[in-house]
Amino acid sequence: MKTDIVLAGVGGQGILSIAATIGMAALHSNLQLKQSEVHGMSQRGGAVQSHMRVSDKEIASDLIPMGYADIILSVEPMESLRYLPFLSKDGWLVTNSTPFVNITNYPEMDTILSEIKKIKNHIIIDADKIAEEFGSKRSSNIVMLGAASPFFNIPFESFEEGIRKIFARKGDDIIDTNLKALRAGRAFTEKNR
Amino acid sequence: MQKLLLLGDEAIAQGALDAGMSGIYAYPGTPSTEITEYVQASKFAKENSIHSMWSANEKTAMEAALGMSYAGKRAMVCMKHVGLNVAADAFINASITGVNGGLIVVSADDPSMHSSQNEQDSRFYGKFAMIPILEPVNQQEAYEMAYYGFELSEKFKLPVMLRITTRLAHSRAGVKTLPLQKQNDNSLPSDLRQFVLLPAIAKRNYKGLLNAQSGLETESEKSKFNSYTDGSDKSLGIITTGIAYNYLMENFQDKKLNFPILKICQYPIPRKQVMRMVKECKKILVIEEGYPIVEEMLKGYQESGTPVTGRLDGTLPRDGELNPNIVAKALGFETVTDERIPEIVKNRPPSMCTGCGHIDAYIALKQALSEYSEGRVFSDIGCYTLGALPPLNAINSCVDMGASITMAKGAADAGLVPSVAVIGDSTFTHSGITGLIDCVTENSPVTIIISDNFTTGMTGGQDSKALGRIEDICKGVGVHPDHIKVFKPTKKNMDEMVQVMKEELAYKGVSVIIPRRQCIQTMKNKTLGDKIKELGL
Repeated sequence: MKTDIVLAGVGGQGILSIAATIGMAALHSNLQLKQSEVHGMSQRGGAVQSHMRVSDKEIASDLIPMGYADIILSVEPMESLRYLPFLSKDGWLVTNSTPFVNITNYPEMDTILSEIKKIKNHIIIDADKIAEEFGSKRSSNIVMLGAASPFFNIPFESFEEGIRKIFARKGDDIIDTNLKALRAGRAFTEKNR
Repeated sequence: MQKLLLLGDEAIAQGALDAGMSGIYAYPGTPSTEITEYVQASKFAKENSIHSMWSANEKTAMEAALGMSYAGKRAMVCMKHVGLNVAADAFINASITGVNGGLIVVSADDPSMHSSQNEQDSRFYGKFAMIPILEPVNQQEAYEMAYYGFELSEKFKLPVMLRITTRLAHSRAGVKTLPLQKQNDNSLPSDLRQFVLLPAIAKRNYKGLLNAQSGLETESEKSKFNSYTDGSDKSLGIITTGIAYNYLMENFQDKKLNFPILKICQYPIPRKQVMRMVKECKKILVIEEGYPIVEEMLKGYQESGTPVTGRLDGTLPRDGELNPNIVAKALGFETVTDERIPEIVKNRPPSMCTGCGHIDAYIALKQALSEYSEGRVFSDIGCYTLGALPPLNAINSCVDMGASITMAKGAADAGLVPSVAVIGDSTFTHSGITGLIDCVTENSPVTIIISDNFTTGMTGGQDSKALGRIEDICKGVGVHPDHIKVFKPTKKNMDEMVQVMKEELAYKGVSVIIPRRQCIQTMKNKTLGDKIKELGL
């Protein structure tokens, strides 16, 4: 079984920390993976994406073909729409609802939301607010990962293990906060899907 | 055997470390930067005194690596594709000197120009220098090619090029490692005049290089990185180079692939396998990431014999990076288009960070220049290149490392006075100093702004060779101390900055203005912070 994920956001929002956690989870489940990142110029406040492919078989391309992604996981609402050609017919679009406005012609929030709602399978989550309820706004990316986790062919325990490994050096408190964030994201999706 | 999760860049670094490399030389440049950074962060490298400090530019890096090879040790030099232009003099001549210790030149190309001024294909340089080229298909091969490349280099006494592209450089996958080899001992070349390229010796060496070519071709034909997979359907034969192979295979995950496939990952091109395909197949499709170099060689001018298709006849796009969909289209498969992106999605181009010192320097410069006609600001390669975009619209050129100063000089020579150069601190020490000497020699009426943020910012905050030395360098090459001005670019200092700039723009000679403030991305870097304090900057 494969899972193809397009991670989306704006340079500096930290989508690579989500990618790293998925990578750890995949390793924990003994899966193969390829993860293509964006470094360099576009990182400076531009639109960024990462293609992440996880499979129990050998993976050929580092890039996901259009129409094949099982999940678009976006930490920014407008960015979630930029990669729609990659989403498969039955794929899930999971996006944060907090906009990152660094351009003057940023569209109206209502029009963005109505476009997202046109997608058959979508989850819109205010990850920043949920993360803040734990007193840790910085874990909003992990809330997002939790919200997308039901759509992966990776067991949830592997994600928890991934968090423990990624944050191992930062101490038990940080691990705990992020585990809570992961579970809260997952709970939101299970209630709202 | 260990299994590691590595970027393509990191896999190359790990392969080189495991092969007993004694030193890596480089100037940062996307997408090659992470190779050297990996060695810099390696505990093993530190414990074994493996050289990894940044060089001033790609040419000095190439030459230092050649020097290490002269002394018998294995050396690697890394750069982005346009960096190879800077290193070209040393690079081409290194194929004439040959090597002593193994020498690998990594050139990381950037098709689709994700972070570059062009998408030139380094394989042309490799062919030009007549040396072997290795081009990995995945992270595992990237590792193995770095590991095996030194051996290949020492076998033929030639530098070896390792060519990668952005996609592999910045993609992560599992890599299995090979046994650790010891570093070479010091040893001098058996002929102490091997590296003396006086015409008489160069002619002899060049003949040796020409004579080595058939051996290199045989090596490619036997290489485990090149493979010929036969197929029953001979109506088409497919040749792939480098990671193009992946995009082909991606299209046959759930379909049967019956065409013969030649996967080329080591050059010179394996002639025997190519000729077999030409003989057996009715038509050939060449899929290569980069310029159509293999396709052109196969096709020639006469276009007789087996038809060859690819980037030259429009079967594949002539420019840009490949992907699975482009390859699917070339194979005649149905593909998804991008009609589904809603119109409301707006472009989000990269921009300088909020609070960046370059921005304040540009605001001041625009004000100071307001009394002159527009079109007189020559800029350079770095974060400040983003000053070209709205709302600043502040610069009129970005060509190559160091070109700001010399283009401003040429424009001033033509009568565009004042003309202004905007260059960063690291770019200044990379390639700006020699241009400044030209300006000083003629006392050209140019205003040179060295926007100093204590780092090589665009590539992620690597050390800057200019740290704490810019004024001394400028004075040393002859800029009059009265026309070297330093200030902190902030909103509060705006009036003072504008005033200083106006005065220097009016001066009919060389002036250097240094807006100086730390890059906000490096604020968490304690080592750099301490150094800045120590230098009193």
